Amino acid sequence: MKPTHLFKTENIVAGYDHKTILHGISLVIPSNKISVIVGANACGKSTLLKTMARLIKPASGEITLDGKPIGKYPPKQLARIVGLLPQSPIVPEGISVADLVGRGRFPHQSLLSGWSKKDYEAVAEAMEIMNIAELANLHIDELSGGQRQRVWIAMALAQQTDILFLDEPTTFLDITYQIEILDLLTDLNRKHGTTIVMVLHDMNLSARYADYIFALREGRLVAEGEPAQVMTSGLVRDVFGLDCTVIADPVSGSPMVVPKGRYHVLPV
Amino acid sequence: MTNATYEYILAGRRHRRRRWLLVTCSLALLACILCCLMLMLGNTLYPARDVLRALSGEQLKGVSFAVNTIRLPRMLAGLFAGFAFGLAGNTFQTMLRNPLANPNVIGITAGSSAAAVFCIIVLHTSDTVVSIASVVAGLATVVAIYALSRAKPFSVGRLILVGIGIQAMLSAMISYLLLVGAQQDIPAALRWLSGSLNGSQMRELPPLVISVLICAPVAIVLSKHLSMLELGEQAATSLGAHTDKTRIWLILSAVCMLALATATTGPIAFVAFLSGPIAKRLVGVGFSNVIPSGLVGLNLVLAADLVGQFAFQVRFPVGVITGILGAPYLILLLIRMNRKGNL
Repeated sequence: MKPTHLFKTENIVAGYDHKTILHGISLVIPSNKISVIVGANACGKSTLLKTMARLIKPASGEITLDGKPIGKYPPKQLARIVGLLPQSPIVPEGISVADLVGRGRFPHQSLLSGWSKKDYEAVAEAMEIMNIAELANLHIDELSGGQRQRVWIAMALAQQTDILFLDEPTTFLDITYQIEILDLLTDLNRKHGTTIVMVLHDMNLSARYADYIFALREGRLVAEGEPAQVMTSGLVRDVFGLDCTVIADPVSGSPMVVPKGRYHVLPV
Repeated sequence: MTNATYEYILAGRRHRRRRWLLVTCSLALLACILCCLMLMLGNTLYPARDVLRALSGEQLKGVSFAVNTIRLPRMLAGLFAGFAFGLAGNTFQTMLRNPLANPNVIGITAGSSAAAVFCIIVLHTSDTVVSIASVVAGLATVVAIYALSRAKPFSVGRLILVGIGIQAMLSAMISYLLLVGAQQDIPAALRWLSGSLNGSQMRELPPLVISVLICAPVAIVLSKHLSMLELGEQAATSLGAHTDKTRIWLILSAVCMLALATATTGPIAFVAFLSGPIAKRLVGVGFSNVIPSGLVGLNLVLAADLVGQFAFQVRFPVGVITGILGAPYLILLLIRMNRKGNL
């Protein structure tokens, strides 16, 4: 099992150039659990994730891992504890699946070394977790969107971090693949204890797969907690500006948001 | 993890490494053959035995002068400049993930040339100052292109367009300088306009050789970091690569090699542009493309020079031959990229 970590942000303010997007966010990531960040478009979900993954430097506030600011860690050492799957990673043309997954081993390798036995093992394990072992020697261009996404997650897994951030890992995928990816991530969390923090668009899948939810509105944290406590019709109205009814998901029992539009609403 | 997966991945990697090794060794072997030909062929053909004796310092009438004073510097200039062009071109192309983003197209070579021509024609400085000025100007061009194309979000397409614009301006400046320059300075300045190995001299080589011996290892050591940059800023950072530091070192080493290679042979057209993609096609993806692209570069230069010298009635400088090879490839690439929509 992965060790527990204390990952904390304190009053972080961040954004791009002169535009502030996050207005003071303080949170503690629940260790060894799956957390999901939800919120409407442009509320700062992605920015928060990128700031925590040190892709954006906060203007003020502090992010600490086990009490030490993340900027004080040597980059490679931090990359062995915290990993990120970016929203739209770039594929080097013509690379094979195994080689791409192997790039996740970078923080474990020295400058000139080739792959060690450990590297091969980590890559093989990551590919098996993501069910892509048989694709190892194919070119990435030959894969479908769903397979590609699994390759990227496998790359992040090969990094063997205790904490894994994922920026919308299911976007652009068919619902079947969305469920498959979320199941695989849950496997990872249950079997290995990997702390997972992800941004998801779908409220119902968020409520079903999250142990813990952070709700953002206009760059501020407006609610956090277990889905059953947080996902109420009041919160959904507040965060998404959507009128809805929340019922129990007939499959999982988790909260399920049923939106109400102007049409197709039964008279009460 | 099962053993089958492990073995499957291992076998695939071994296969790709074998291909890499085979291609790299073949390129090295080809380079050796071309070097020998460069020394043996000329107005008179000398057998290998005579060439070796001349090289080892023995005085043979005619042979010693031709081999040691004319053919050896010519061969060495082509060897080192070709390696430098190939490696530097590949560095920029990989770093910016676009084959068009190479030093010829985006004006870095033109920056070095413009500064050198300015020093020769206007300031009348020594060779050393010309070399230093060309390196500094190459770096300044990189900074200028980067500063002018720096808007969020960063776009390689914009950088290339800005670079093409700068390249055009610098070329215009070079033409102007040549027009106003004194008659006696023109031959030295012309060297900076089109690539040629004619008249290479032993005493001009040390700066280029030293820069390649220092900068090429830097690029080789950073090849793993370079492959991280290829994944994009976000993935590279989250994998623990120092993206800014890596870029600065890679650019510094590439521009030093480029400028000094240009100072020695002139900008040999398209070598920096062709080498990376050709090497990638040959060795495949997955293992470092740094050394293979350098080897392709020097093979291109030496082969093109041999063709230019001996294949036609008239002798053509090497730049003309590589230009004839490179131009169609540029057009092909533009069509292909336009079709894919990632121009």
